[in-house]
Amino acid sequence: MEPMVLTPISKERLLDLYQENRSSLSADDSPAVRANREKALDSFRKLGFPDKKMEDWRNTDISKSLGLAYDYPLQPSEEDDMQKVFRCNIPHLDTAVIGQLNGWFVSKDVPLMELGNGIIIGSLAEAMKKYPHLVEPHLGNYTDVESNGFAALNTAFATDGTFIYIPDGVKSEKAVQLVNVIQHRENIFIQSRNLIILGKEAKLTVVHCDDSYDHQPSFSNIVTEIVVGEGAFLDHYKLQNLNNNSTLVSSTWFHLEREAKLESHYLSLNGALLRNNTYVRFNGSFGSANIYGLYLMDNRQHIDNYVAVDHASPDCISNELFKGILDEHATGVFNGHILVQRDAQRTNASQNNRNLLLTDTAKINSKPFLEIYNDDVKCSHGSTTGQLDETAMFYLRQRGIGEDNARMLLMFAFADEVVSKIAIEPLRYRIEDMVKKRLQGELQICEQCVLHCSTPEHPMEFKIDLSKI
Amino acid sequence: MLLKITNLHASIKGKEILKGINLVVNKGEVHAIMGPNGTGKSTLASVIAGRDVFDVTEGEVLYNAKNLLTLSVEERAREGIFLGFQYPVEIPGVSITNFMRTAVNEIRKYRGLDPMGAGEFLKMMEEKKKLVEITSNLTNRSVNEGFSGGEKKRNEIFQMAMLEPTLAILDETDSGLDIDALRVVANGVNKLRTSENGFVVITHYQRLLDYIIPDFVHVLFEGRIVKSGGKELAMELEEKGYDWIKQQL
Repeated sequence: MEPMVLTPISKERLLDLYQENRSSLSADDSPAVRANREKALDSFRKLGFPDKKMEDWRNTDISKSLGLAYDYPLQPSEEDDMQKVFRCNIPHLDTAVIGQLNGWFVSKDVPLMELGNGIIIGSLAEAMKKYPHLVEPHLGNYTDVESNGFAALNTAFATDGTFIYIPDGVKSEKAVQLVNVIQHRENIFIQSRNLIILGKEAKLTVVHCDDSYDHQPSFSNIVTEIVVGEGAFLDHYKLQNLNNNSTLVSSTWFHLEREAKLESHYLSLNGALLRNNTYVRFNGSFGSANIYGLYLMDNRQHIDNYVAVDHASPDCISNELFKGILDEHATGVFNGHILVQRDAQRTNASQNNRNLLLTDTAKINSKPFLEIYNDDVKCSHGSTTGQLDETAMFYLRQRGIGEDNARMLLMFAFADEVVSKIAIEPLRYRIEDMVKKRLQGELQICEQCVLHCSTPEHPMEFKIDLSKI
Repeated sequence: MLLKITNLHASIKGKEILKGINLVVNKGEVHAIMGPNGTGKSTLASVIAGRDVFDVTEGEVLYNAKNLLTLSVEERAREGIFLGFQYPVEIPGVSITNFMRTAVNEIRKYRGLDPMGAGEFLKMMEEKKKLVEITSNLTNRSVNEGFSGGEKKRNEIFQMAMLEPTLAILDETDSGLDIDALRVVANGVNKLRTSENGFVVITHYQRLLDYIIPDFVHVLFEGRIVKSGGKELAMELEEKGYDWIKQQL
């Protein structure tokens, strides 16, 4: 089936497209999922795409990205061969790799892996058919389609993505690596949907990578819903390394039950326009969430991290640390919203955003927003923006280190505060390596995948290539 | 002659700090520069090292007969000038080992030498650690991050030992040190003294000079060297205070 064409991406064109394809889009839906789809479409009809008049989008302009012509495949293409995706792995890290090509789950022979301990990993569409009792109570339940136009659009259209289920009490030794590669002969519009469920006392590490295979423009609207069950622990990573023509709007809803623990790491290394919407809700008491972000942007790239933490229950702890280095004409936004609800006594919430601007033309808009309806709380926020420290530069250069290398070392040192939070050693080494390469301007969008499996392994140490001076 | 400073004037943001400094340091000599706060001691150190927030408005600095003022900070360092900082900078995420390896190899490259191999480098590090009595795994830690005042200064002397400078300027290395740390730092300096290198030791107090015996003592006051003498001048200053100098002017 030939992909639909959007010239450009517009609300009207998408509404028409939905009418034309209504039956095929919801062919595999249960009645509940179908009802969600219709409701979301109505919302999208009302909301449309966000524009700069909206408070949360004031400094991020998506009109240019929407304005291009895109192919929009409503089904996976037959010729997709993604064996190469499966070759990606992180050395010394035991992972189960899930490949997505242009948002579609690829391994069609085994659409769902069912592991001995009850873990299910695979295609969301397939899971909907086979395990509706696992999917239905959650799918669409956490997403806010009433006010988020992108989430509404995704809910109306998306038919597949990744599904991960970890049963109660199961602690997954393997990390799950979800690699979404974008490759298409034309510009492409992608919408995929992921659902991750951790049962009570379950444990999981997810590494979610978005990567380009070539330089073709793309526009991705990805929605992920994640449920962290009572006492469960999720270690979550998002690695973004898209080409300079790609736009990504990635919205993730974390739903944390009582005593659930979340560690989330957003590592944005490349892309034309990246918008991460992160929503964390404490649905039970004694939950904790650490949300870290590192963004390294240059050129005319734009990054926007929107983080909303909803302290809906008492005795929860949240902590945000987002750090960014912006070079050349790059621009960035940090919007942090902490909501402490009336009954959320003894909330402890902190938020920190720090930025390094390397040029006069790089720009950051940092906006903390605390909304507190309780007086028994500990909340703090801070935001700093500055240049490389002149004294530190002098110190390094006084030891004989050239200006370029001194800048590199200081930038790496700045980024390291976030990188060092990565608990899994092999993954931390890999990401350290990527950050160094990115800072040296050597990080390529991958030939194989975001984790550079094609590059030989080498012991990690801080070594500057002197030939680059 | 290692260093020859003639009529050096320097200012920051239009405000003149150094108002005509004259100083000659020969190989094998230790010079102490003393003086009250805010008289330009640290500025002099920074200007010799090449910090560009200061503007040199007049005068000349020759180092090994080369015009130092045209060289960048890193070139001066590679030529053999070392500045021990009063407030060493913290660099999280960069270990001292990697920091020093980068520095040593950049200096070697400048001098037309091949980079030092890992084995040779580690051996050298172990030797120099002994010299400054570092027994812990300090060198695996990030540069100065979370170091105590004493550890930071000891780390400065360790770096000096690693880089083997021809001219070392120590800017109030004794400030904030207890007597044991002071002794270790001073011992490090004394072990590194040779007939081929020179030291400029900037200090407030005579105390450090009990351990590092200077050949010359200079008093810096309001941007000028107003009095020079032998090591006994330090004693006299300790006894009579800086007011004694001021009265003489």
